[in-house]
Amino acid sequence: MLITELKAKETILSALGSKVFVINCHGCKEIRFPEQEANALQKELSAAGKITGILTTDYICNPENLKLQLDGYAAQIRESDTVLVFSCGVGVQTVAQLLQDKKVCAACDTYALPGYQGVTPLEHDCGQCGQCYLNLTGGICPITACSKSLVNGQCGGAKNGMCEVDPTMQCGWERIYQRLKQLGRLDVLKCPVQLRDYATDERVNKE
Amino acid sequence: MRITELFDNGQFVVTAEVGPPKGIHAEHLVAEAKEYLSGITAVNVTDNQSSVMRMGSLPTCVALKNAGLTPILQLTCRDRNRIALQSELLGAAMLGIDNILCLTGDHTKMGDHPQAKPVFDLDSVSLLHTVCQLEQGVDLGGNPLVGEPPKFAKGAVVSPCSESVDAQLAKMERKVMAGAEYFQTQAVYEPEKFIQFMEKASQFGKPVQLGIVIPKSAGMAKFMNNNVAGIHIPQEMIDELAADKEKAKAGITGVEIAARVIKACKPYCQGLHIMALGWEAKVPELLKLAEL
Ligand code: SF4
Ligand code: SF4
Repeated sequence: MLITELKAKETILSALGSKVFVINCHGCKEIRFPEQEANALQKELSAAGKITGILTTDYICNPENLKLQLDGYAAQIRESDTVLVFSCGVGVQTVAQLLQDKKVCAACDTYALPGYQGVTPLEHDCGQCGQCYLNLTGGICPITACSKSLVNGQCGGAKNGMCEVDPTMQCGWERIYQRLKQLGRLDVLKCPVQLRDYATDERVNKE
Repeated sequence: MRITELFDNGQFVVTAEVGPPKGIHAEHLVAEAKEYLSGITAVNVTDNQSSVMRMGSLPTCVALKNAGLTPILQLTCRDRNRIALQSELLGAAMLGIDNILCLTGDHTKMGDHPQAKPVFDLDSVSLLHTVCQLEQGVDLGGNPLVGEPPKFAKGAVVSPCSESVDAQLAKMERKVMAGAEYFQTQAVYEPEKFIQFMEKASQFGKPVQLGIVIPKSAGMAKFMNNNVAGIHIPQEMIDELAADKEKAKAGITGVEIAARVIKACKPYCQGLHIMALGWEAKVPELLKLAEL
């Protein structure tokens, strides 16, 4: 099982621009989704006139399927400056991959719970770290795309853009840097020092 | 003595690097360092470099200090979590080691124990941040230290000739924000690239020591080009090494090349860091040729 929890409200709001397109994934039954909290927040944003559209669907981790759905909302997405995704880490990464020139934000943190992990997608992976970093990394997961799961930037090991550990794998932080550059968001690299919290899974398991 | 004081006084700081032995005797290393490196400012001691298991950096630093040298403790995040790293830092301070270099570290898969668990609980940036916390008398868990807090000269590394130089500069800025006070670079063979890098890096206002590896042969140069991140040796230098094999073997060609790079880069940086890789005996000659 996975569990997704809403990030702190201030964290989400500080990541948003003035026009937001919302995507909700109510996909696999293996994922517990914070539906009530998500609805409450979306109502609030809607009342403030910030929402350009809402797409509620399932299995957004399937890129072909998601692409068709997004095409149907092209105008609303164009109108927005931020796409806010309520899903597990894989879903957010899939959206960020398809909307490379949009600021795509994760509204949730994804934690692990014991048991079946749901459908495994091919292209993206979420390590269920419980502190989703995708808003600081242009929607590319540093936990799974970097061999050392670094959260403060590239190590000195990349050679020709490839990872020191696996020369057939692109350096995750090189990808993150290029994506942020493409988005004009290199300033997020000046965010405060990030520290992993390995106690998050304990916390969730005890709840 | 913290080397940051020397940078502050405008001194061109020269350091060199030694690797502890895979065994329990450090006498040879200390004797060599005394003979060839006592003329320079400080000696870096690597921390299980390239993920190859060796004697620890801290005890080796103490052996060098007892022999009258100024050691720099290299600390990587590969083998220890935040508890062990902080504990090591407190121990270093007690032993009078007050120069450190904070690194993320190579992956365990790169070394001679590829089965080992890679830790990376912290990384170079969060380690620097942790050192600053300790210096304020608080550990990373927010608990107060007892008595006088430690004080270190906090160094970090950067790769000026990396193909990802912009990502490297962004990381350098994060290191400065996290408390890095001086930088040592990966080996440089292309002064133009280094000078371009320094034009951008000087905005951070931190001293940078030019990294130098004396090239030992054309074979080694090609190997580094293919395998070592952030290093590129131009073809002319490889040809120069290949032209006279005896001269290259005696170290003359390599020292000439290194001295040329140093002279070209010296006006743009604040110090020199030599990674001799077993050629410590060539260091005095190199410094002479580079007019240092
Ligand atoms: S940063 Fe990566 S591992 Fe952590 S929740 Fe986000 S997608 Fe999952
Ligand atoms: S080379 Fe890139 S992907 Fe590999 S460990 Fe370093 S930062 Fe991570």
